[in-house]
Amino acid sequence: MARSVIPIGPWHPLQEEPEFFTLTVDGETVVDIDVSIGYNHRGIEKLSERKTFDQSTFVIERICGICSTSHPFAYTRAVEDIIPVEVPERAKYIRTIVAEGERVHSHLLWFGLAGHFLGYNTVYHWVWKLREEILDVLEILTGNRNNYAMFKPGGVRRDINADDIPLVVKKIDSIVPTLDRLKKAVLDDPVLHARLKGIGILTKEEAIDYCALGPTSRASGVAKDVRKDAPYGAYDRVDWDMIVTENGDVFDKVVVRILEVYESIKIMKTCLSKLPAGEIDLNIKDIPPGEGIGAHEAPRGETFHYVRSDGTNRPARHKVRAPTFMNLPSYRATVIGETISDATIILAAIDPCYCCTERMAVRDDRGRKILGGPDLVRLSQEKTKKLANKMGLQ
Amino acid sequence: MARREEILKDIQTRFREDIVDFFDKSSKRVYIEIKPESIVRVAGYIFKELEARFNIASGVDARTHLEILYHFSLEDINLLISLRVKLDRENPEIDSLAPVFKGANWIEREIHELLGINFRGHPDLRRLLLAKEWPAGVYPLRADYREWDRNAIRDRGV
Repeated sequence: MARSVIPIGPWHPLQEEPEFFTLTVDGETVVDIDVSIGYNHRGIEKLSERKTFDQSTFVIERICGICSTSHPFAYTRAVEDIIPVEVPERAKYIRTIVAEGERVHSHLLWFGLAGHFLGYNTVYHWVWKLREEILDVLEILTGNRNNYAMFKPGGVRRDINADDIPLVVKKIDSIVPTLDRLKKAVLDDPVLHARLKGIGILTKEEAIDYCALGPTSRASGVAKDVRKDAPYGAYDRVDWDMIVTENGDVFDKVVVRILEVYESIKIMKTCLSKLPAGEIDLNIKDIPPGEGIGAHEAPRGETFHYVRSDGTNRPARHKVRAPTFMNLPSYRATVIGETISDATIILAAIDPCYCCTERMAVRDDRGRKILGGPDLVRLSQEKTKKLANKMGLQ
Repeated sequence: MARREEILKDIQTRFREDIVDFFDKSSKRVYIEIKPESIVRVAGYIFKELEARFNIASGVDARTHLEILYHFSLEDINLLISLRVKLDRENPEIDSLAPVFKGANWIEREIHELLGINFRGHPDLRRLLLAKEWPAGVYPLRADYREWDRNAIRDRGV
């Protein structure tokens, strides 16, 4: 049997993140897959041990630009679990609002990218335009489109201004009609049905065996969601539904994400209308020795943080587990046996986030930049000169 | 709450010989220290029979010894069970959980390269995150780790 190996990466041409897939194919069919990551590993767990508990919040916020609330949410919960304390009601609501805003923008982002991967660029541009609205909402609430810096152990840093709420609600409402049309256009599209239904199936047993998380497992009929199972924030104070579908194929993963956007909008609006008055921060001073665990249902699944304190002002150990770390190995179950043309969208269907998986953050060598801006300009100029010489232009 | 007590009592009687320490921290968190050689038996029971979800394992260098915590969550009773094993610093070894369930495969590869713990019976103990050029026997998450060769890191890829 003649087999060929198709390398994709280390810079993925579509997902534009550093990962390396080795697909072994027999004709059109994928018979084996291997994933290498680690091209951007920068040792953020180690870095966190050198920062104080407060500084770590900012460091881990930069693990991922998309999940920039999920990691601080899980981390602050882990630190609060060490003491243990409950944050004030108002802080819980504010945390929930920001986290759900993040889910809306993350799901829309993936939705657009999925369209892009399928060559359906209308969806890509349409959805990303819609995503701008929710980024505006987050900017009004937190001051930033991403990396909100809202979280701290014991509460939140910034309060929500009551005057902003009507504008925010109006903006959130403005998303819904477009989302409705989008949902109808995409879910009824026969081309997308033909392209996505019945491919890349992750069965329920496999989802449990691989410990898959979030929409990836909920599309396979595993009804698990940290927000429901171990309620935190304001998730047990508002009414919302967990979206679970049974088929486990790529199409179901799309459905779960679209419907979750509606639930998130519902949660945001309820929280904004019921926002209780009161303190937003406990002003925690000292973290006693001990260990704590915090989890948060990020857009891609549960984010899990383990923090150990030895009584100093720095974490003695900080373990970060991003959802993609558990979802990525399930490729072996979903891609093998499919054709190579379907592999692209199957590989994208878990909404992978390699940055999270490798826990990267900007770190240079003891404060010195490895390559600064002027260096890059110089390198670029040198390369142009070299090319020009080669082509005989000078 | 009754089912919670039932499950914890069941674990305590079933694995009386394996448990070193049992710490009921709060209604949602339980830490159980077990003997390293019992890990497959206890973790396998929690995963397969109690149908818990494996969250992750976290390796810790506690200076006098190395520790691994295996976190399992039981969603129906909102309980997180953390199994703790303490390993000898000189020759840290433990049986692999990857043959029991696939979710343990990657994290054992990660702990292997970052903390230098050997997992007996792991099907594929290649490096996951560290580069090929990283020297053997240097474990970045150990407490006594020093940057091994700063020039080498700076020169790579520039």
